[in-house]
Amino acid sequence: MSTSPPAPDGPLLTLSGVGKAYNGAAPAVADVDLSIERGSFVSLVGPSGCGKSTLLRLIAGLLQPSHGSLDWEDGDRPDDLGFVFQDATLLPWASAFDNVYLPLKLKGVSRDEASGKVQEALARVGLGDVPDRLPRELSGGMRMRVSIARALVTEPPVLLMDEPFAALDEFTREKLDDDLLTLWRELGWTVIFVTHSVYESVYLSERILVMSTGSNGSAGPGQIADDIKIDAPYPRGLSFRQSPAYFDHCKAVSAALRDGDT
Amino acid sequence: MSSPLFRLLIPILVGIGALLFWEAAVTLGDVPKFVLPAPSVIGAALLENFGSLMSALWVTLRITLLAFALAVGGGVALAILFSQSRLVEMALFPYAIILQVTPVVAIAPLILIWVGFDNVNLALLILAWIVAFFPILSNTTLGLRSVDHNLMDLFTLYGATRWQRLWSLQLPAALPYILGGMKISGGLALIGAVVAEFVAGSGSGTGLAWRIIEAGNRLQVPTMFAALLLLSLLGIAIFFALTLVEHLALRRWHESAVNRGS
Repeated sequence: MSTSPPAPDGPLLTLSGVGKAYNGAAPAVADVDLSIERGSFVSLVGPSGCGKSTLLRLIAGLLQPSHGSLDWEDGDRPDDLGFVFQDATLLPWASAFDNVYLPLKLKGVSRDEASGKVQEALARVGLGDVPDRLPRELSGGMRMRVSIARALVTEPPVLLMDEPFAALDEFTREKLDDDLLTLWRELGWTVIFVTHSVYESVYLSERILVMSTGSNGSAGPGQIADDIKIDAPYPRGLSFRQSPAYFDHCKAVSAALRDGDT
Repeated sequence: MSSPLFRLLIPILVGIGALLFWEAAVTLGDVPKFVLPAPSVIGAALLENFGSLMSALWVTLRITLLAFALAVGGGVALAILFSQSRLVEMALFPYAIILQVTPVVAIAPLILIWVGFDNVNLALLILAWIVAFFPILSNTTLGLRSVDHNLMDLFTLYGATRWQRLWSLQLPAALPYILGGMKISGGLALIGAVVAEFVAGSGSGTGLAWRIIEAGNRLQVPTMFAALLLLSLLGIAIFFALTLVEHLALRRWHESAVNRGS
């Protein structure tokens, strides 16, 4: 019953007063102060439009904050962040192998040189035997696995996931949740996981950040309403999913969501 | 009912029926052959003038193919330039539209004067190119812009250069659009070559359009029909060739070409 490795020293990432507003509209993210420990599994939970995806994109550097600052432990943002989108976001004309190879290709690694790593990444997500299939020849769950393999092929220190399993059926989602936890524990990533599912966030995370939309769905402040620790040990499995502690945590997160929304 | 053979057979049977009706109506109605020649008379005219009609076909085909190739090269190149610089696009796109909307018949005399009357082939080429160019430009521009935004973000995250983004993402994603533009443009190149020959006259060799004018002046209506038949066949051949190219390029991955059955 080991937990993830504890943070050695300071936080990996610190956000101070970070906000983002799009052209005069109400801010999507407002005054977020936050620190993320190295190696932790953190979920951002909230209803649609609460700014959780915007916050993730700010962390990824895909958006620039309107104000505030993001400080990484090593100074700069790591240049090989893994990012998993809500859709698998694969190149439809490229095989599973070539989709996973893409990040290395863009860094100038030759196909031969990358081959071992790509095969290893595919094997880690359970797709070692279908490298030549095109995305349309794979199921939704398998496409998402390719997407995860692509994110981990560069061995990133941080994995950012934007509602990655939201479009999948529940059975596939639970399987991927378990596989993701296994990978996280093996590889020692820091994972920041955006979801609108309270159950998923409780099952996966060590820490849940609840975001609000403000008063009853009107475009709101996009702030972090609550910061909840889930102190159940890993590995978590069916027994955790069915334990009273799990439901207590779910109740607490749901309550925080309601509070944040009124 | 909808077996491939049946679908092929139906239009052929309709065609044969129509030809028989035509033949019978013209023969029984005693229609003079300079008004409407019977299919058998047209066939005879085709055989009689086969050599000269074939060389005329070759002249028209050469101008069509050359204009088409230049339209594809120029259209794709300009669209790529547009995709790299919004400023260039803003500056040049209106002129591309002007070129497109100005009737080619109206520019022909001017082009002819510019290139000189001893260079009619060049004038024909320019005129056919003008007609064929725009669909490639506008389709490719649209295609280069229609790339999935998440994939664009992915390339940004992995620090892709402009060139990598263009070559590994935008061009493959635009391929269905480019091929769609080519299908339109192939037919237009033929129309352009014919119209240009009508207006600007014939160059060093006589094309099919000039044969039609010539035969018309001599009231050789069966020869006119024979030349017309060859033009139609040429157009159909171009269309099918480009459809085949499209099918081969897209059949594995693009929705438009993927066989949904079985």
